[in-house]
Amino acid sequence: MMHNAQLGAVRASLTDEALAGNGTAADYLALLKPRVMSLVVFTALAGLIAAPGFIHPWLACMNLFAISLGAGAAGALNMWYDADIDALMQRTSARPLPQGRILPREALGFGMTLAVASVLLLGLVANWLAAGLLAFTIIFYVGVYTMWLKRLTPQNIVIGGAAGAFPPMIAWTSVTGSLDLASLSLFLVIFFWTPPHFWALALLRTDDYARARLPMLPVVSGPVETRKQILLYTLLLVPSSFAPAMLGIAGPLYAVAAALLGAAFLWCALSVHRGGRKLSHSAGRLFGFSIVYLFLLFAFILAEHALALPLFQPLIG
Amino acid sequence: MDSPRRELTPHQLKIRRRRSIVLAFILAGIVILFYITTIVRLGGNVADRVI
Repeated sequence: MMHNAQLGAVRASLTDEALAGNGTAADYLALLKPRVMSLVVFTALAGLIAAPGFIHPWLACMNLFAISLGAGAAGALNMWYDADIDALMQRTSARPLPQGRILPREALGFGMTLAVASVLLLGLVANWLAAGLLAFTIIFYVGVYTMWLKRLTPQNIVIGGAAGAFPPMIAWTSVTGSLDLASLSLFLVIFFWTPPHFWALALLRTDDYARARLPMLPVVSGPVETRKQILLYTLLLVPSSFAPAMLGIAGPLYAVAAALLGAAFLWCALSVHRGGRKLSHSAGRLFGFSIVYLFLLFAFILAEHALALPLFQPLIG
Repeated sequence: MDSPRRELTPHQLKIRRRRSIVLAFILAGIVILFYITTIVRLGGNVADRVI
């Protein structure tokens, strides 16, 4: 009850009309979550290159632009809705909304405009199936993850993580015009990667999440359960990382890289699972390595296609 | 009843001007992007059409 009153007071302080019009172009750029956007663009590029069929380089760039715009829109709408809890957390308190540099209604208008523009652009440049997937992703991230699950359940990032896993599938569909099993393999890699990545961060920022009363797994179930869940999802991630090779969109180079990187990821997760006095060190290492891991996996897919290296024959499909 | 017009400070006016310039560049960029995309999508279809 007291927490709701606190959030209400924060929300009221953020809607002071006297502050309207103070946002700079850099503040609006920050609303797009550029770091998240860069990972979206990279994984989408892999989906675009791995997809069978030809696409004009210019149209490929426009597809990526539309997808990144959609990701930015989702980020802006997330910041609009979460401005109250962002203000309570150290990690997010410097964002433009908690700082009062942009009003919630300005962020909402900006996010909605970009969301509609990105979907229309992808529909016109690529096809309407890809545009529909992009619209679904934005709605899922904002409506299902941000507005519903994030404040409700410790499984928030497991289900919500699906939104971050869609970009390579959207890019694939923008080339082929269809949803294929092979593109689902790229989705699965990011889907199983998300929980260990965010829970490692949550272990480092437990106090921050507790202050905002967000039901992140370490806050609700404690660090022991979180460490166990990190290991469980890592055990799902490592085998799923071989799916692109089994479905014929990656080759031997990728398979070797997936095995080595998977072993390193597992080692990091085991080190977190053991816990001990150096837990913050091992959680920090897992968080950092998880970013490198995902980047390298998709980089190997890109490299194999760009260099026309041999790929495995698909086992299914 | 209309709310009273809010006077902007010189700092806010400066920020608004900068934002307007950025917006103008973005709009011009969109026009160019759509122009090039239209040309690329048309490809050789204009030259190859039945007359």
